[in-house]
Amino acid sequence: MNRPLDLFASLVAGTLFGFGLSYATMIRPEVVISFLTFDDLGLLFVLGAATGINMLVFQWLPRLRRQPLLGGAFEARPFSVDKRSLTGGALFGVGWGICGVCPGPALAGLGAGNTDLLIALAGIFAGALLHGLLEDRRNATTTAQLQS
Amino acid sequence: MVDSLFPNGIAPYLTGGILIGLGVALLYVVTGRQGGASTFFSSSWSWLLNTPFFRQPSLRGSRQWRLVYAAGFVLGGLIYLGLGLPQAPSHMPAWKLALGGVLIGYGARLGGGCTSGHGICGMASLNRGSMLIVLTFMTTAIITAWVMKALGVGA
Repeated sequence: MNRPLDLFASLVAGTLFGFGLSYATMIRPEVVISFLTFDDLGLLFVLGAATGINMLVFQWLPRLRRQPLLGGAFEARPFSVDKRSLTGGALFGVGWGICGVCPGPALAGLGAGNTDLLIALAGIFAGALLHGLLEDRRNATTTAQLQS
Repeated sequence: MVDSLFPNGIAPYLTGGILIGLGVALLYVVTGRQGGASTFFSSSWSWLLNTPFFRQPSLRGSRQWRLVYAAGFVLGGLIYLGLGLPQAPSHMPAWKLALGGVLIGYGARLGGGCTSGHGICGMASLNRGSMLIVLTFMTTAIITAWVMKALGVGA
């Protein structure tokens, strides 16, 4: 795969995503919270349009083409749900409901000048760090139990 | 009825959603990758930490493009600002952003994704697990927002 082209495409894709989040006003936590309290259901159109487009692309493109433009393979998103991931999803929702921020909009909103979101970004980084460290502890415990 | 459910109209939401969708689609068409946002927050730690979790190939191998992809998010916001498009300042108390942020970061990673990973990519892949996670976080988020509103600490 052509590395510079790959990174350029990633940058353009991220830019479109970030601009779209800004245009959809989803970078304002207040807008997300007013969606969750049913005061403005507009975000349904954000999710619907974004998911709808990609449902077509993800489902059809691999049938039309063998490979992505830069070669390699169309990647699946390996995910099977279990009790732990459901707990994670539930906690994510509680956090989302408290502050109205998602990972993507936090980044785009920062670019659009909402520097308050730096606090949320620091929190998200801290949460991701905590998750990684706890995974290690959990795996170490499991290994120790298997060995004993 | 329509006015009360959509006081700000639907045009900005629909346009924004289409642009977001095109971004995710572009990444898939060109590289074959499904671009969620939250893994970036784990893969970035792999630049600094050498613990087993952050050493895993899926994070180290993707950290470069994820960093560039995330930089694109910021750039997209910057372009929006540069074009002088409407952006009202938000007034969210710091404690909410901090507490919410930690829960979002931890929860999204334990849950295997966020609103873009499960919400857009997972559902577009027709992954049932992702749909279940989306249903879960939508439910807890709505309950939390209503509780916060009832307590008088909502937005």
